[in-house]
Amino acid sequence: MTHQLRALEIDPRLVGMLGALAAIWIGFDLLSGGAFVTPRNLWNLSVQTASIAVMACGMVLIIVTRNIDLSVGAILGFVSMLVGVLQARLLPELLGLEHPATWLIAVAAAIVAGGAIGLFQGALIAYLGIPSFIVTLGGLLVWRGAAWWVTQGQTVAPMDSTFRKLGGGIEGAIGAPLSWAIAAVGCAAILAALWFARQRKMRFGFAVRPAWAEATVALLSCGAVVGAVAIANAYYLPPRVAERLAQAQGLAIPEGGLFIGHGLAVPVLVALGVGLAMTVLAMRTRFGRYVFAIGGNPEAAELSGVNTRRTLMKVFGLMGVLCGIAACISTARLNAATNAAGTLDELYVIAAAVIGGTSLAGGLGTIAGAMLGALVMQSLQSGMVLLGVDAPMQNIVVGLVLVFAVWVDTVYRRGIR
Amino acid sequence: MSVPLVEMRDISIAFGGIKAVDSVSVDLHAGEVVALLGHNGAGKSTLIKILSGAYPADAGEIRVRGQQARIASPRDAKTYGIETIYQTLALADNVDAAANVFLGREIVTRWGTLDDAAMESQTRKVMARLNPHFRRFKEPVRALSGGQRQSVAIARAIYFDAKILIMDEPTAALGPAETKQVGELVLELKRQGIGIFLISHDIHDVFDLADRVSVMKNGRLVGTARVEDVTKDEVLGMIILGKCPPGAVPGPGASADA
Repeated sequence: MTHQLRALEIDPRLVGMLGALAAIWIGFDLLSGGAFVTPRNLWNLSVQTASIAVMACGMVLIIVTRNIDLSVGAILGFVSMLVGVLQARLLPELLGLEHPATWLIAVAAAIVAGGAIGLFQGALIAYLGIPSFIVTLGGLLVWRGAAWWVTQGQTVAPMDSTFRKLGGGIEGAIGAPLSWAIAAVGCAAILAALWFARQRKMRFGFAVRPAWAEATVALLSCGAVVGAVAIANAYYLPPRVAERLAQAQGLAIPEGGLFIGHGLAVPVLVALGVGLAMTVLAMRTRFGRYVFAIGGNPEAAELSGVNTRRTLMKVFGLMGVLCGIAACISTARLNAATNAAGTLDELYVIAAAVIGGTSLAGGLGTIAGAMLGALVMQSLQSGMVLLGVDAPMQNIVVGLVLVFAVWVDTVYRRGIR
Repeated sequence: MSVPLVEMRDISIAFGGIKAVDSVSVDLHAGEVVALLGHNGAGKSTLIKILSGAYPADAGEIRVRGQQARIASPRDAKTYGIETIYQTLALADNVDAAANVFLGREIVTRWGTLDDAAMESQTRKVMARLNPHFRRFKEPVRALSGGQRQSVAIARAIYFDAKILIMDEPTAALGPAETKQVGELVLELKRQGIGIFLISHDIHDVFDLADRVSVMKNGRLVGTARVEDVTKDEVLGMIILGKCPPGAVPGPGASADA
């Protein structure tokens, strides 16, 4: 069994996490009498995970470089307020209400603002040598305070209708046909990537996976993509909404009701896109290689000619950009900007990265792991809400799971040394 | 005499008021091995870190092939063909051999992404020369033995056509067989016309390999000698007492009674 797993070249830790996730899902499903593993709940779960998952991607790189960012929730809060004021107050005056460019300007502003904050904090850490714990602890207070200052604490609403699609909901789902199209493209991309990687290895005469293993990996990956889309498409729009849609398009409503699938939610697509881009960045670019080298041995990286300071500053800048994207998702989902948005998110983001196998000692961690970690945590919380567990108890459970997960990971790592 | 490959003239550096290196001058010719000797804390490693770009000198100048060189960072040093194998090996433990060999100078594909297969292939070639038994290309270097890690560090230094090689205590962590292997490598590189600074606190490690020895004590140069002109005991006297024998050219650090 272990021999076969090795032939597949699948990270055993990833398998472990998927197993844990499956156990959590099945457990909650049994306890809730079949209410957990339903298209509706899983779809909502994916939307709820998106914002934390996006930020967890950046946190992996931060922690890999032996740093920490405690300010991500506060940056999210501050950027949310900027984005809210921009599209609910400033842009309607300048461009008119519901201008088609509003959402684009808002998202661009969020990315620029988040990135600028991240770069600034990164510069303090990299060039002035202030510990990241302190800079971002300060940042946590500063940006949370700044979020309040933007409107003196008033909540800003509503958001632009196009922008709101970033938050999911009925409007923010792309529908079944487009979801299938994305699944097809995704599967094609997976097959192409596997094929090219194999060709490349063979060209240099390196060992490749046996054919059965290659086929299994392809089948599992494509199966996951198709399965996820099938679930999203099996979550149907509420009958009234479906009827209204049919009427608007002049379609007859068939006997027995109309079933229109939601399809993938926009924020989930954004999170998957971010995860993919960050994985490429981490694994296939010089920047990513330097980030891991710095985490493994900062002095060695410096002596090898890596510009460690600039790399470090960029890592924090990237974290800021991801906070900006997450701010758009959570603001769109709430359809309002509040100065409390993102409170405690820093802890969930760090927990997601750590549950996902990122080592606080630096040098180790994967983007996919962190996103799965975010999903595990959100699953726990959603499941407990479903079971009617009250909020304090939820926190206790999540806290215990975090500590337990890190302990298991430590034991596992000691085993492979 | 030909123009030296490297000349370090009157180099000084101080840390918090303590002069770690005080007006030291050394030089190195192509195809020559110069051993830099001295006790722990004599300033050898500091001097050499100035040449490799890790520390900026407070005073003095570095000339490469007679031209004044500006070395402000490890990257600058590498552009002059100066490669260093550090005592600590300076490897990123969490990535594999190829990633370490190419760290900072990665091979990229047409699309600007890392070409790991090409890097591994090149690493296999250079390692086949250095350490034919090396097989663990996929594992993080943390998992490797001392000798294997040393091979990775050496591969990194020689892969990029080094003209000047600095080896800081290259055999400190090695067993006898591996030490012998490093010795053979030094002679091979010397034949290729590479100039090598060998740094050691143990004269026995380097006396047979070196053409000349330069001895430092308390941050100052005691003297420089051709190995034919001095005995091991005389060099030990230079290291321990700072006493410069008749066969050596005395430096500012030679003790007055000599």
